[in-house]
Amino acid sequence: MTRTIDLAGTMLELVDRGDGRPLLFLHAGEGLAPERPWLEYLSRSHRVIAPWHPGYGNSPLIDGSGSVDDLAYLYLDLAAELELENAVLVGACLGGWVAAEMMVRSTARFSHLVLVDPLGIKVRGRDERDIADMHALPRAEYLRLAWADPARDAVDFTQLPESELAAIARGREAFALYGWKPYMHNPRLKRWLHRIDRPTLLLWGAEDGIVTPAYGEGWRQAIPGARLEIIPHAGHFPHWEQPEAFLERLSAFVGTSE
Amino acid sequence: MRVWYFSEMAYHPAWEEGLKRGSLRVVLPNSNYDPQIGHRLLNRYLDEFALCDEVGLDIMVNEHHSTATCLTISVPMALAIIARETKQSRLLSLGTPIANRPDPVRVAEEMAWLDVLSGGRLEMGLVKGAAYEIAPANSNPANLMRRYWEAHDLILKAMSTTDGPFSWEGEFFHYRNVNIWPRPLQQPTPPVWMTGVSVDTGRMAAERGHVVGTLLSGHVAGPLFAAYRQRAQELGWTAGPDRFAYAAVIGVGATREEGRRRANLAADYVRTSPVVLEPFTNPPGYNSIGANVAMLKAGGKRTGFVRDRHGNAVDHTTANLDQLMESATCFAGTPDDVYNQIKELNDRVGGFGHLLFFGQGGFLDHQDTVANITLFAKEVLPRLRELNPEPTKVRVAAE
Repeated sequence: MTRTIDLAGTMLELVDRGDGRPLLFLHAGEGLAPERPWLEYLSRSHRVIAPWHPGYGNSPLIDGSGSVDDLAYLYLDLAAELELENAVLVGACLGGWVAAEMMVRSTARFSHLVLVDPLGIKVRGRDERDIADMHALPRAEYLRLAWADPARDAVDFTQLPESELAAIARGREAFALYGWKPYMHNPRLKRWLHRIDRPTLLLWGAEDGIVTPAYGEGWRQAIPGARLEIIPHAGHFPHWEQPEAFLERLSAFVGTSE
Repeated sequence: MRVWYFSEMAYHPAWEEGLKRGSLRVVLPNSNYDPQIGHRLLNRYLDEFALCDEVGLDIMVNEHHSTATCLTISVPMALAIIARETKQSRLLSLGTPIANRPDPVRVAEEMAWLDVLSGGRLEMGLVKGAAYEIAPANSNPANLMRRYWEAHDLILKAMSTTDGPFSWEGEFFHYRNVNIWPRPLQQPTPPVWMTGVSVDTGRMAAERGHVVGTLLSGHVAGPLFAAYRQRAQELGWTAGPDRFAYAAVIGVGATREEGRRRANLAADYVRTSPVVLEPFTNPPGYNSIGANVAMLKAGGKRTGFVRDRHGNAVDHTTANLDQLMESATCFAGTPDDVYNQIKELNDRVGGFGHLLFFGQGGFLDHQDTVANITLFAKEVLPRLRELNPEPTKVRVAAE
């Protein structure tokens, strides 16, 4: 079910469904898309809590603006408000960046961290691009980099209702707000990833051209004890493109490292 | 009506290559720019600006970045030269893209310096900047207008404060000691201009009493000016034509054929200028949610703001001269023709006091440009001065 929660004056819309160990899912820059199957799959074995980031869906921006820092504190507040204990934190793309920012601040309410093709850190030199410039690519080129099979994201926008188009436009605006400069990363974040003292799994689409598996290796080296697993036939959104494989890897990880 | 000549100081030798690659901006490598040709062009264009002072025209300069369409990368640099080469012309900066500038106090300093240098001839545009300026500046489009208004307020405060220093701790800009030297000659600030295409811009400009300018589409000028007038009325004052500016490509000649030929050559500017790689045309947040919904519904196509007098969309990249005249993008013909076309638009949109005379656009050569400027100033300008004469007000004379 979808509900709205007030966190110190910020209204947050979220999906809250299923029973079992709580799992906080932080969505990608593209949006939450709750009609897609992965939330359903996850909710078979977990209580899934999946907010729309401020600016997406019906969640308004924080004071009309906001940063990834704000999102990190907001979701730590959310975890406290919902009294989450021993929860699994999952973040994809932008959501992975936010999840890492949360965990360097506090891991107290979480047992496991799963990062799915996250943005957020700088690995290589100042004149090498770690993260593809999604905002400088024509749509077709972006899809080619983001998907193993770009046809799977072929959305006919002309057929969508205006309310949905407005939500898409707001989401695109919010994504830019959070990640325009420095582009989709925090230059200081990698320095603090050593603070993550929970089992961490990095799931990576083998064919991700937005952030490649080599970038994932940079993440793995920065988080103590982290594992990096590659999902074949998937791009930047393996939870979207290969939901069964995504669920399988996640369940195996959470189930075996209590 | 005042008339402000401008040209974008185009680098047309690279247009063909830009068109072939589908972008004249941002991604067209500067190997396509020959600095030796650029040297001649820059000096030629500055000569054409200087000529305007001799024939009684005012002067406008704008700026763009990473583009073959416009070699002016700094309004204050160009105006500093022009200020020294002219005596009478008022000098319009239209303008500084202040949401793309990291240092608004520097903008205030440069504008104040220009105002002092020119003896109070400066008019100061504080503009949002075009969508494709976001990439060269790498400024965040999602909060562009919040940054714009903070920079706007800070620049005006810096220019008009005489008992500083003052401190500024805003959302985007932080200073502990703002106290600009020199301060401007025109008090409290030079006249302020904005630009836009939407009725929202009209209302926001009215709330501050700024001049608002729009360009190349008679169809958007009407509602924009009307929104301004209405908002001014709501606030208890009447906005005269001197609050409104309109920019058009103009070709005038001794014969109709000659004027049309000049306009058609200059109009190549508006045909090439919108050719930009798709992602740079609509960075997220630059356009409103409503405009983005319309674009998505149209299958990702940009609907554009240029319409003819019947409301039909005009695609600048493919339009012929007659279509460009229908949308009031161009005025062309004999002095009588051009005067009548300007007057017709003026009457249709409720009167405007400033015409921005886009009199050079790439392939129009120096000889034709000089003839265009000279003939316009001699035959059209005196009649336009009678149309919407300026309200009497004290101006600081240049010495």
